[in-house]
Amino acid sequence: MTAKLYIDGREICASEGDVLIDVAADYGIHIPSLCYMRGRPCLGTCRVCSVVVNGSIMPACTARIADGMVVEVAQPEVADMRRALVEANFSEGNHNCPSCEKSGRCELQAVAYEVEMVVSRFPYRFAERERDQTARHIFLERDRCIFCQRCVEFIRDIDTGHKIFAIHGRGTHARIDIDVVLADRMPPEQVREAADICPVGCIIEKGRGYNDPIGKRKFETRSIRDRVLEGDKK
Amino acid sequence: MNHHAKDYILSHDLPRSAMDPAVMAKRDEKLHVAMIGLCGCWGCTLSFLDMDENLLRLLDRITITRSSFTDVKRIPRRAAIGFIEGGVANEENIETLVHYRENCDVLISVGACAVWGGVPAMRNLVPLEDCLREAYVDSPTRPLQQPPTIPYHEDIPKLTTKVYPLHEVVKIDYFIPGCPPDGQTIFKVLDDLVHGRDFSIPAHINRFD
Repeated sequence: MTAKLYIDGREICASEGDVLIDVAADYGIHIPSLCYMRGRPCLGTCRVCSVVVNGSIMPACTARIADGMVVEVAQPEVADMRRALVEANFSEGNHNCPSCEKSGRCELQAVAYEVEMVVSRFPYRFAERERDQTARHIFLERDRCIFCQRCVEFIRDIDTGHKIFAIHGRGTHARIDIDVVLADRMPPEQVREAADICPVGCIIEKGRGYNDPIGKRKFETRSIRDRVLEGDKK
Repeated sequence: MNHHAKDYILSHDLPRSAMDPAVMAKRDEKLHVAMIGLCGCWGCTLSFLDMDENLLRLLDRITITRSSFTDVKRIPRRAAIGFIEGGVANEENIETLVHYRENCDVLISVGACAVWGGVPAMRNLVPLEDCLREAYVDSPTRPLQQPPTIPYHEDIPKLTTKVYPLHEVVKIDYFIPGCPPDGQTIFKVLDDLVHGRDFSIPAHINRFD
């Protein structure tokens, strides 16, 4: 059923039950996200796509289209809230862009540019989390993990369907872990996929890094906004 | 710095030839702009130099005092706009930063080290003692003919336990991230401020590396 809704005062028609963040993108309205991937189940972990729906703040990736919906994306308070969420990620882990293999193709960095972040409003924690290099083809740079759970849900053992990545512990003790036996069975394309869907430089494919020169890296040739709005054909 | 014996000469204390009064008067009407460096690699200072000929467009409005352009070692008078690169890693950095804050109307952090600590802040993950031991005692490149020593002298600034971003020590008005930021980004910020426009670094020129 077709529903009529309003995004920032603009009247939009969409199918009832569709995902708000996708509908907004179809109409040229970019809502940044670090966990949502179009066409895959919503995770709702990062909250960076928070918008105002009928007066309440909620993530645009979990909100489903309903008739008469009133959505605010550009409202300064909620835009600042999205930026605060991105800044919190930079404070919580160690996001040393100048020395990171993922720089230029990192979604956290690209989204930070989009929300015009220049510094974190929160104190930088310099968290200490041990890296895991035991898997044959994957480095796990734990202090960069933002706990989006993309790898946990979307990267599974091809034969058994078992999860390869998991988050252990809670709160400040939470850490991403890897099942080394299953990880070593991953075919090269799946290793590449795991590294690519990681929105930060936490899952790093061994032997790959700094492949593209500065100026020709993924989000420098085409911004994350354009990729979200026009479809991301790699 | 607390010097006990006056056995040194500072360049800014030396007698200078008098400037043309007309030139000085004209210079005094302009906005004074300065840039200093704390614990960083001076890359951002090089980016400041990279403003190149763009700066000519602003020279009827600004004059550049202490900076990599001039080699002036002290701010001769209060500056309207002060840029700083580098984070805070020792006591001298704190002293210089506090003095600079007191003498600048607008203070701008330039580059990753100033904004969040940058490369020097990688030592925040290691206790300072281990850091010094690795550098001076256990270092494979230390002079083998001498006993291992961690340098200590009253003239050597004491290191802070951690490296801090500037805004955790004094109030900072604006931030230009990047390692280093592009000269054109620094110029845009300067140009905007001189012409009374709002500070902004749009997505397409923002860089963290």
